[in-house]
Amino acid sequence: MTSKSTRSRCAACKYLRRRCSPDCIFSPYFPSDNPQRFSCVHRLYGASNVGKMLQKLPVHLRAEAANSLYFEAHSRQEDPVYGCVGIITNLHEEIHGVEIELARIQAHIGIHRQSNNSEDGETSQSGHGPLQQ
Amino acid sequence: MGSGHSPCASCKLLRRRCTKDCTFAPYFPSDDPHKFAIVHKVFGASNINKMLQELPVHQRADAVSSLVYEANARVRDPVYGCVGAISYLQNQVSQLQMQLAVAQAEILCIQMQQDQPPMLPPSMEAISDHDLIDNDKSIFYENNMIPQYLNYSSSNSNNVIHDSLKRESFFGHDMHVS
Repeated sequence: MTSKSTRSRCAACKYLRRRCSPDCIFSPYFPSDNPQRFSCVHRLYGASNVGKMLQKLPVHLRAEAANSLYFEAHSRQEDPVYGCVGIITNLHEEIHGVEIELARIQAHIGIHRQSNNSEDGETSQSGHGPLQQ
Repeated sequence: MGSGHSPCASCKLLRRRCTKDCTFAPYFPSDDPHKFAIVHKVFGASNINKMLQELPVHQRADAVSSLVYEANARVRDPVYGCVGAISYLQNQVSQLQMQLAVAQAEILCIQMQQDQPPMLPPSMEAISDHDLIDNDKSIFYENNMIPQYLNYSSSNSNNVIHDSLKRESFFGHDMHVS
């Protein structure tokens, strides 16, 4: 057979049923062994939008961009209403809860320190009295 | 158009007739063209339409709000989008947890020095790492998809982060790019 048929299509070109050219924008980030990754991204953004977004970026940033696009698409699949915004909301709530707890404990610590300081003050005053006399 | 019905922002942008049962009209009013423009730029009108059609009507407004948020985040940070904000907030959670652990240790020491039984307040006993992570989203933490973004820092993502921190509620009001 000819050499043309030996090169495997990337997941995107397999999904889109087209020839996968050597300079295919998708192939480095959507390998053929993970078809679910591209189908997930395609469902949210569409192939054309993903291709445009990747084209606009310098090559060294495209892998990260593809990963984040997949993460957002997967989040949207898991939660069709809120997507990854739901994760952000949850994180805000966690931060709020931990901040409240931290403030409460730090207030307790402050109270304990104050009471320790006042005890130390009383002890030192009573100690000086007899000596002064 | 003959009935006097003003086309919604999406139909204006797409240059088509806005019908009475237009899917977009309730969520993309004509007085806010930017809102639809940005989701169309990132997701495409066809994909938005499909997503909304798959949702019950009472959930569509929230879905649109979250899509607008994600689209804005992606435009501001074309590499990481919302994931940059998630990474930043996760870092914040980790730092606060460390501060909390230090404070908990300190209060225990104080109580032990005062010969008090080392009692943790009930809420402290209830806190665990497991509780602090939404189980539904744990797949991404387990698969290390999020941790790879932990070292990310970019001036672009700061806009997304500050935007997410400013807003107390993502929903209930339109989100505008400032």
